[in-house]
Amino acid sequence: MTVLTVAEHRRGELRDVSLELLTAGRELADATGGELHTAVVGGDVEAFAERLDREGVDAIHTVDEGEEFNHDVYTQVVHQLADAVDADLLVVPNSVNGLDYAPAVASRLDWPLVTDVVDLSYDDELTATRELYGSKVETTIDVHADRAAVTVRPAEWPAAEGTGDATVDAFDADVDESAVRSTVTGFEEVGGGEVDITDADVLVSVGRGIEEEENLNLIFDLAEALDATVSASRPLIDNGWLAKDRQVGQSGKVVTPDVYIAIGISGAVQHVAGMKGSDTIVAINTDPNAPIFDIADYGIQDDLFEVVPALIEEFQ
Amino acid sequence: MKILVTVKEVADVDDEFEIDGLGIDDRYVTYDLNEWDDYAVEAAVQIQEAGEDVEVVAVTIGDTDTEDTIRQALAKGADRAVRVWDDALAAAGLLDPETKARLIAAVAAEEDPDLVLTGVQSADDGFGATGVTLAEHLGFEWAAVVNDLDLDREAGVAHVHRELEGGVEELTDVELPAVLTIQTGINEPRYASLRGIRQAQSKELAEYTLADLGLTAADIESPLEQTDLYEPESEGDATVFEGSAEETASELAGLLREKGVGS
Ligand SMILES: Cc1cc2nc3c(=O)[nH]c(=O)nc-3n(C[C@H](O)[C@H](O)[C@H](O)COP(=O)(O)OP(=O)(O)OC[C@H]3O[C@@H](n4cnc5c(N)ncnc54)[C@H](O)[C@@H]3O)c2cc1C
Ligand SMILES: Nc1ncnc2c1ncn2[C@@H]1O[C@H](COP(=O)(O)O)[C@@H](O)[C@H]1O
Repeated sequence: MTVLTVAEHRRGELRDVSLELLTAGRELADATGGELHTAVVGGDVEAFAERLDREGVDAIHTVDEGEEFNHDVYTQVVHQLADAVDADLLVVPNSVNGLDYAPAVASRLDWPLVTDVVDLSYDDELTATRELYGSKVETTIDVHADRAAVTVRPAEWPAAEGTGDATVDAFDADVDESAVRSTVTGFEEVGGGEVDITDADVLVSVGRGIEEEENLNLIFDLAEALDATVSASRPLIDNGWLAKDRQVGQSGKVVTPDVYIAIGISGAVQHVAGMKGSDTIVAINTDPNAPIFDIADYGIQDDLFEVVPALIEEFQ
Repeated sequence: MKILVTVKEVADVDDEFEIDGLGIDDRYVTYDLNEWDDYAVEAAVQIQEAGEDVEVVAVTIGDTDTEDTIRQALAKGADRAVRVWDDALAAAGLLDPETKARLIAAVAAEEDPDLVLTGVQSADDGFGATGVTLAEHLGFEWAAVVNDLDLDREAGVAHVHRELEGGVEELTDVELPAVLTIQTGINEPRYASLRGIRQAQSKELAEYTLADLGLTAADIESPLEQTDLYEPESEGDATVFEGSAEETASELAGLLREKGVGS
């Protein structure tokens, strides 16, 4: 089976997930005695190709089309490349950009697509594992098809290492410009603001379990007692209760404090992406099945409205 | 101008639950409008309120029980709704994005919208792929994970921000007709007013079967088969403090002091 992965880059940087895809792809290629190909589209493709030449990669296809990601270009190029290398399995990051073109490519190829995959195996056919209901349960999906596409969750596979001896060739894609009907006009960095949660040693982080805006006082009181900074999960920022600069996670900040206290936060994958590197993680949550307990070092499975006041008391 | 908004009723699983075959035992599940779709409905209704001649049609794939949920979209300002369901769908296996896109595309073929708004993802399945798959079926342009939308009807362009990772937004111009997948935080979804809820009762909620849409059971056969559902083994090795709130708080305080916090 020929596996084709597609690297991701943004503003000149190859994103880590590109190397993780190589590990996932190599495992499947090995399981079937096949080859691992990877493609990089746009930007400084030569420099990216050098970084992608890791152990186990058989071929690298560079496609010199544009600087930045454009889904119309990616859709056409990856579609053509999958045909050209006779790929059986397409592996794309489950990232915001991956989800902006992988479904279109899969649909165009008429291949089934499984997204946000956390495990893959091959035994006569492909089996993909993914999570449901906010990571409370896992499900396996058998893919009854000869060819398929998957998007792979970042940080689930280790990055491929070593130096490879892949062939590098420039793929000459035939991009129909009239089918490019969206234009990227720029990027905007959000945030700035007054607090820098990335600089804090101790974060008291609050989630939807706090229920009401008024209840945030409790959290600020705790932060004051602990000489800590308040951060939050996304819903509180979406609600306008806290400023964007306090958001931890995939679309917020990545924080690595000494102590991270997650209060009423379930631990969705996009939240965890922003805080799993913290030294010590404490979770306070009523739900013993909340995924936050999977990455916590210490946990209290109880009502925050009981625990937090008691904790404040301890420090007064 | 016509805007189609896709809305899904999603399952929320209780803290304690039991698995029943390939699903969660229904006793431990509550249902609600998908959070992301709530923002999509609001985005559509805001466009309707800001312009003239805008019709908003909500579309769902779901059984009769989902009607209450879709009426929420009507109560918040959608003009009418379409629900797709029949026995073949009830008996179908996995409703993956490809299958759902095929069904919604058939509705869109009847409705001929200028703009389709979906949520970024459904909270329960979390495929995050139905919107872009739908765009491909319709031959529409698209943008995924939109957290800012400025529609220029005259020029036929949607100026959007796509929310990327790490606090970076991509500014993109998208030609209409288009499918946009809407991210939470793009607006402030309204609560349905009492008047809205009353009016929703008399708004049209059409019901389509596969046959009505010119489809057959073969069109909803997916090569994807769900084979197992289980609680993942906890990968964690968290030390869980036991006891009353005072006791656990005191243990945690001890730990924090040990780490030099608050002292
Ligand atoms: C593209 C994309 C990007 C995203 N980016 C981010 C991001 O950057 N950051 C982010 O946080 N999310 C992000 N999300 C959203 C993410 O998927 C979740 O929806 C979000 O993290 C949930 O926040 P939460 O844990 O506060 O809420 P919920 O998931 O609703 O969890 C609330 C928790 O509080 C607990 N609880 C309730 N009452 C109490 C009580 N009295 N005492 C104790 N515990 C209680 C519940 O058991 C539950 O576990 C993103 C999603 C997408 C699709
Ligand atoms: N059964 C459904 N009925 C109507 N719309 C749906 C359905 N399933 C998914 N969608 C739409 O597609 C979006 C993405 O869903 P998904 O790809 O399942 O994560 C949701 O936010 C909805 O807007």
